Amino acid sequence: MCRLFALTSRDPISPMLAINALNTMKEGHDGSGVGLCLRGLGGRFEEELQGCPILSGIFTEAGLRRLEQYTMDHGFKSQYSILYTPETEPPEGTPVRGTYAAIAYKVPRGWKELTPAQQGQKLVEMRLELRKMGEEDGDIMVFSFWPDTIIVKEVGDPLEIGEWLQLGANRNLYARHILAQGRQNTNYAINLYACHPFFIEGVASMTNGENTAFIPIKEYLQSRNVTGYSGYQSDSEVFTHIAHYTTKRLGLDIRAYKHVITPLMDHEMADHPDREFLATLKRSCRKMIIDGPNCVIGTLDDGSMFMVQDRKKLRPGIVGGKDGIYAFSSEVCGIDAVIPDRDKSKDFQPMHLDTVIVGPDCKEIETCSQKDQLPRQL
Amino acid sequence: MLTERPITPSTLGVKDLNWQIEWDKDLCTQCGRCTSVCPVNAIELGVHRKREIKTPASLMKKAENEYSIFYGIRQKTDPAYACIGCSMCNMVCPNNAIGPKREEGSTTQKFHNDRGGNPRTRGGRRNSGESLLDQIKFMRISMLTDPALDAGRHEFRLNTLLGRVQSPEESLKTYQEHGWKPPVREIYPLVIGGMSFGAMSPNMWEGLQMGVAYLNEELNMPVRISTGEGGCPPRLLRSRFLKYVILQIASGYFGWDEIIHAIPEMKVDPCAIEIKYGQGAKPGDGGLLMWYKVNKLIAAIRGVPEGVSLPSPPTHQTQYSIEESVAKMIQSMSMAWGFRVPVYPKISASSTSLAVLNNLTRNPYAAGLAIDGEDGGTGAAYNVSMNHMGHPIASNLRDCYNALVVTGKQNELPLIAGGGIGKSGNLAANAAALIMLGASAVQVGKYVMQAGAGCLGSEKDRCNVCNIGVCPKGITSQDPRLYRRLDPEKVAERVVDFYLSFDTEIKKIIAPLGRSTSLPIGMADALGISDRDAADRLGIKYVV
Ligand code: SF4
Ligand code: SF4
Repeated sequence: MCRLFALTSRDPISPMLAINALNTMKEGHDGSGVGLCLRGLGGRFEEELQGCPILSGIFTEAGLRRLEQYTMDHGFKSQYSILYTPETEPPEGTPVRGTYAAIAYKVPRGWKELTPAQQGQKLVEMRLELRKMGEEDGDIMVFSFWPDTIIVKEVGDPLEIGEWLQLGANRNLYARHILAQGRQNTNYAINLYACHPFFIEGVASMTNGENTAFIPIKEYLQSRNVTGYSGYQSDSEVFTHIAHYTTKRLGLDIRAYKHVITPLMDHEMADHPDREFLATLKRSCRKMIIDGPNCVIGTLDDGSMFMVQDRKKLRPGIVGGKDGIYAFSSEVCGIDAVIPDRDKSKDFQPMHLDTVIVGPDCKEIETCSQKDQLPRQL
Repeated sequence: MLTERPITPSTLGVKDLNWQIEWDKDLCTQCGRCTSVCPVNAIELGVHRKREIKTPASLMKKAENEYSIFYGIRQKTDPAYACIGCSMCNMVCPNNAIGPKREEGSTTQKFHNDRGGNPRTRGGRRNSGESLLDQIKFMRISMLTDPALDAGRHEFRLNTLLGRVQSPEESLKTYQEHGWKPPVREIYPLVIGGMSFGAMSPNMWEGLQMGVAYLNEELNMPVRISTGEGGCPPRLLRSRFLKYVILQIASGYFGWDEIIHAIPEMKVDPCAIEIKYGQGAKPGDGGLLMWYKVNKLIAAIRGVPEGVSLPSPPTHQTQYSIEESVAKMIQSMSMAWGFRVPVYPKISASSTSLAVLNNLTRNPYAAGLAIDGEDGGTGAAYNVSMNHMGHPIASNLRDCYNALVVTGKQNELPLIAGGGIGKSGNLAANAAALIMLGASAVQVGKYVMQAGAGCLGSEKDRCNVCNIGVCPKGITSQDPRLYRRLDPEKVAERVVDFYLSFDTEIKKIIAPLGRSTSLPIGMADALGISDRDAADRLGIKYVV
């Protein structure tokens, strides 16, 4: 089973913190891969490049050239880039791939006139197009193309990879919201695109578990006519898309997410203050009900971070921290490694009805049960 | 039997018949029960004369004839009275002295099933034992990283939705604007398919309704039953139990007068209205209730004279196109109940099912689509229709589901599949396979008769005389002497029994697949079959 670790902090911190935490949980994963999602970036990305879309991925030399041509054709000018081509031998099990890149672009003229939705759509289209270009001869791999977002994925032991890529060395890689996952996809063939966390238009999430309703949910999402609902190399990629659908398409608060994926039973709903709304939601979102064990940790565009459990709470998950920094972890030793001086009595392990949210201000752990009244949103 | 009896082309010997009676002279007490119970008068009391030649040991005396007479059972060889293998004679025989035996090698009888130039009609369903559904395996079992769910311990949500479900966007809009919500019923996914009051005996009907009411009210299982064509008893229409009933309107409109007139007095809405355009056992034909069964009660409920055959026209005569039909029928039926009742059509599976589906997806009032495959049953149809017409349900359903997936309406328009589910007794496995191929619910008729009332019919042409009102079990007969045999209370008990065991079995299937909180509709990745063509056609895994 994968191990998940996420940090949300008021000040940018090194991604190595999260990787170290993963390392403490190594008994629980096989060290076969790592995925990182960095948001709320510090350093130059914050100071000079606010709002610039950042492309992250892995490229060969030829891939980089093709990328340059492609972005130029679209009027995107690279402003600043972190390009890292390791000279040393990669750790055991990691293939030599080329350059790991995070490139921030200046958007073309006229971009500002587009609505945010149109801008988003365009960025997603470009990311998909690049991914497709790369799929032909494997020279381009893109994981995200969105402002304030860097995603790193690689096969191999998380700690070794982190050190090999020198992730802690560059202060421009420090971030406020970090999702980290240890283990590659082992159900199917190894594929970097199948590695968590997944990202779409500002919504990122990672999961550990199996989604037995994968095919029906995938088919359902694909039929929603949303650009970007594609890929699905992993059966849990749908969790990210459901979070995207819930928050961005339906415009609901993240507290409604749990009601979409694991709705209440009818008798539990009977005396709920929002029963009519919940019944409506349950009925029409029935196709997105997940089964199987899962703990989902995710972060949203506004910088908030959340954790939810499956209906039966079959996966571990704990949230803890102190003012300014909070950790979401599969195991408590992960949190201990990063925030040992927190008040442990305030740690919270969400059960089958709970959603845990830590807002962008990193002030406190907010918990909400599905039995609670939802914020007025409609 | 005369020695000089004429032998004509249609003269058959006992050996030519499909079913032969074995009668044991030594065990028989000659009580006569078998002959009186035989629904088709296949056997009669025979007076047999026996001549023995007694030859004395010496040559002094001549040989003598000794004549004796004994009484026994004689099987008629006239195909009109051929034994149907129902085994009622055996059931009533105190000594087990008699019973039918299938003669596999005899094929002659079928050439003579058309007395007077009328092709054979019968009840039942196709006489073919094979079932594709039985070959499907469930193979996505969670074992190592994911604890398999426990069918006996975890919570399960098996209910499904009948009715138009709005998309998330639409439904939130409707909620916000307090708009009209299409009616949706939460029902148990195994529906009792249409078997009409007219085809069924009153005792059978009562037993079914009692069973359904018990399941709903005592066991909290929202089981629904369709009436079939022919109306509904007035008392039921005006009772609170109507909410468990799906009223069927077919092309003959039999019984609809009664229903329409009862609307103002209905205490509750019916569960749904099913508009029958076709049924799997006789695609392209209307209903057929032969005169044998049209007695006073049936005539009164259907609003027809007594003792006449009641064939429904093959299509609804007031409409000539499916578009018109969808628009008019669905709308006017919805209107009759103030748009509070889901209305959906039922069609026989055929290569045009997709066209019907297409029309429905565009109609906001359409509440679903029921599809009946070639293995569906009926109370009366021509042999040729039953055996040789129609489309298998699995691929038809799959096509329809896939068509919905393309348009993104797979959650919105429920598909109800029927026709041959549980034909070899594997009700839960067959139902689960269809659900995973895309059905929101499944419907069964004959299984209910077989399990609930002990129907004797089989896929080997056993019994199947449902059409002529002589049902030996009293299930499909309107003759009180016959249906007195059936105790409605016992039928209800059996219906409850098999529903409960179905419930257990279906959980045993879906729990190891890791599903419990929603029905695995469309979870085709869990299915496998060892037939490559079938696997390709259905889009499931090929496994050997
Ligand atoms: S098996 Fe049925 S049809 Fe045949 S002789 Fe016995 S009672 Fe009659
Ligand atoms: S027992 Fe009755 S219902 Fe069953 S096949 Fe025979 S006649 Fe038909």
